[in-house]
Amino acid sequence: MKSQMTRRDFLKKSSLVIAAAALPGRMGLFNVSPVLAGVDIPFKPHAFLEIAADDTITVWVGQTNLGQGTHTGIPMIIAEELDADWEKMRVKMALAAEPFKSPVWHMQATGGSSSIRHRWDLLRKVGAAARLMLVETAAEQWKIPAEKCATKDGKVIHPDGRGLTFGQLVEAARKQPVPEHPPLKNPKDYRIIGTQRERMDIPDKVMGKTVFGFDFTIPGMCVAVVARPPYYGASFQSYDKKAAMAVKGVIKVAPLGNRIAVCAETTHAAMIGRNALDIRWSKGSHPDLNDDALDALFKEHLEKPASVAKTGGDVKKALVEAARTIEQSYKLPYISHAQAEPINCTAHVEKERCRVWIPTQGQTATQLTASQLTGLPLEKVEVMTLPAGGGFGLRGEQDPVEDSVLLSKTLNRPVKVIWSRKDDFANDRFRPASQCNIKAGLDKDGRVIAWSHTVAAPSVMSRLMPDYVKDGIDPDAVSGITDIPYSFPNLLVSYVKVDSPVTVGFWRSVGYSVNAFTVESFMDELAHAAGKDPVQFRLDHMEKDGRPYNILSLLAEKSAWGTPVPEGRARGVAVTSCFESFAAHMAEVSVNEKGKITVHKMVCALDCGIAVYPDAIRAQAEAGVVMGLSTAFHEKVRFENGGVKTANYDDYPVLTMSEVPEIEVHIARNTLNPGGVGEPVFPSVAPAVANAVFKATGVRLRELPFKRELLIKG
Amino acid sequence: MIVLNVNGIKRQVDEDPDTPLLWVLRDNLGITSVKYTCGIAECGMCTVLIDGEAQRSCVVYVKDVLGSKITTIEGLPENHPVKVAWIERQVPQCGYCQPGIMLQTVDFLSRNPNPTEKQINDAMDNVICRCGTHPRIKKAIQMAAEMTARQGG
Ligand code: FES
Ligand code: FES
Repeated sequence: MKSQMTRRDFLKKSSLVIAAAALPGRMGLFNVSPVLAGVDIPFKPHAFLEIAADDTITVWVGQTNLGQGTHTGIPMIIAEELDADWEKMRVKMALAAEPFKSPVWHMQATGGSSSIRHRWDLLRKVGAAARLMLVETAAEQWKIPAEKCATKDGKVIHPDGRGLTFGQLVEAARKQPVPEHPPLKNPKDYRIIGTQRERMDIPDKVMGKTVFGFDFTIPGMCVAVVARPPYYGASFQSYDKKAAMAVKGVIKVAPLGNRIAVCAETTHAAMIGRNALDIRWSKGSHPDLNDDALDALFKEHLEKPASVAKTGGDVKKALVEAARTIEQSYKLPYISHAQAEPINCTAHVEKERCRVWIPTQGQTATQLTASQLTGLPLEKVEVMTLPAGGGFGLRGEQDPVEDSVLLSKTLNRPVKVIWSRKDDFANDRFRPASQCNIKAGLDKDGRVIAWSHTVAAPSVMSRLMPDYVKDGIDPDAVSGITDIPYSFPNLLVSYVKVDSPVTVGFWRSVGYSVNAFTVESFMDELAHAAGKDPVQFRLDHMEKDGRPYNILSLLAEKSAWGTPVPEGRARGVAVTSCFESFAAHMAEVSVNEKGKITVHKMVCALDCGIAVYPDAIRAQAEAGVVMGLSTAFHEKVRFENGGVKTANYDDYPVLTMSEVPEIEVHIARNTLNPGGVGEPVFPSVAPAVANAVFKATGVRLRELPFKRELLIKG
Repeated sequence: MIVLNVNGIKRQVDEDPDTPLLWVLRDNLGITSVKYTCGIAECGMCTVLIDGEAQRSCVVYVKDVLGSKITTIEGLPENHPVKVAWIERQVPQCGYCQPGIMLQTVDFLSRNPNPTEKQINDAMDNVICRCGTHPRIKKAIQMAAEMTARQGG
């Protein structure tokens, strides 16, 4: 593997290589150079940063490239502290390794908008440490105190103006130990962070050179399509092995538990072979499951005794004492990731090692899965993360890893498992559907004195991270409510877990993406009931000058809230705080007599702490609007006969060009620690639109996707 | 043996003439910039130019394009206005959908070199980009059109 540096490589190179290893309780950084040859490197190091004699600087990134910009944002942070010449920066994907685990989660995964917010200190330290080593090396050569030296654009500069490039210094700098506490820059001196840069992965993507998982190939590889049960709990009863084997290029038909793999020399042959199997499946465990049955199931659960997820004050009493109470129910469907590149994984199991190439969001999980299935120790499992054609939370799932490892063991050659689009919809781990009741009490001045919110929803965490589920509460199922950005004197959040065979998983913004719709729609209902302006009403319930307050104020200012709206249009707002960031959206819409909603404009205001890479943040914010509108208008997975009915994009439409409005993005300026980006820009989109539709029509849309029928006049 | 003209080069392929062009390009010729996503002509990620016209290669059979000029994204020069605009406007996120969308753009601009926003929306309404790069695609199309106009064609 080119992208991993073995210890031997470290020693051969003439570069300055800063590697990292997870030491107990902290991340150890060290310089790998010949003088350290006798020193045993603790644990498993992986290079973080290499400064070569020709001045090129390579940064290894352990985070998945989903096109979110992290593969440029991370080098920007290191380059900043290093005072590097940006043109000399290169980025490489690292193998799964200890040093790339999140210091917060203790695993390597790309999700929760964590790539930068969890690594801010470490990345700055890596750059600053290397800079200090170079400065001290130059100072020694010039025989002047290090404090007299400056750094700029990849050079250490002498007070008299002469300079040495980093490349010229690495030979000697390799003798320095890595300083433990290098000084970090004052943000006012930043000249890379916060500036416009071209994303490093874009040229290859435009030229068609990027090799995604689905495109990956190695010599000797075959391709497998795995037929999975179309109904929950079903198994195959018979299949036509001969017909599949008769397809040109098919080399093996292999049952794997309740599924059947067709392996072939080409992707197309594997697909044709799979279709030739003509499988007869049993009915499965829930043959009566369909859209209506699921709807009824959620409704039923909403009436069941709930577990208390959070309580403050005395909601019951406050509701009795309230001047008026308001109660409503909301409903959201299961939705699919529908990412562009179907699920896939390539594995090669050999006697002494196992290699896996996968566009995964879960490196640690992949390594564990392959290790368990092969019996090889973790260090013998190499996981190379390939660029992913979208992920949105789905790509941590292990199904394709399991199948490709098992098949490679059986066939004794590299195997790429791919899913067809139909497989992808049928086996997606959907965003949970959800139904809720909310009841609130207003006092005589129209202030919220009680908020009681009961959610009935399946639990993602029970399957994926059961340790987080305490006392029957999945914290993700009620996120956005338990940490609602308003201060209500009496708050009760309750949860009923819905058990259904439909498998659910992480989906962009997780619980926030569901609950922001209900919280922010209901806040709007309350503002209306209280006869207050929706922005002012929200601000009145927030801590003055807190970050949610400030971002909503920024939105109001930038969207000219309160000024006249163009004829026939109306505006709505919504705000959320999640993943250590704060976002608000304003939607400007019109609705025609046939109930067609047109979104003319969306304004997004985002406080994500220091904006490391503003253009990537802007791109994410635009994308958040597009995806948010898509879920508001179109997305709903359908079920019938105990399985997933939705099979392709023709029955799962997503937002397209003519529906995309003008989008304005405003990023708050501050130097606080970076918060998340990819997820916070999503949840407040749909409620902002629903609130604008209410303003335009007087009709409250309490269900996603929006039901146009409700808006037809007459 | 089938002979296909791909990006100006004659390529021999030993494949069933009823195979969709998508798979011949990917499986037989290793041109993986042509993407599989839906397989039913819904998304536009497998789009190639056939004699200059954008077509969805998942539903085109090789037997029907034997004498045609097939162009994939590699067949456009690196300084093609669409490629330049796509980089300049920083369009791709994951990038999986982009080659197909860019090729559809090339066809569209060849027929309508100076499109209005409405015409862009109409022409590009049948492609999917799950990452939501639409606002940038729109800007890049406008930029590519302007560049082409300046270059005089
Ligand atoms: S793969 Fe051909 S249009 Fe989607
Ligand atoms: S950039 Fe990811 S699907 Fe378009």
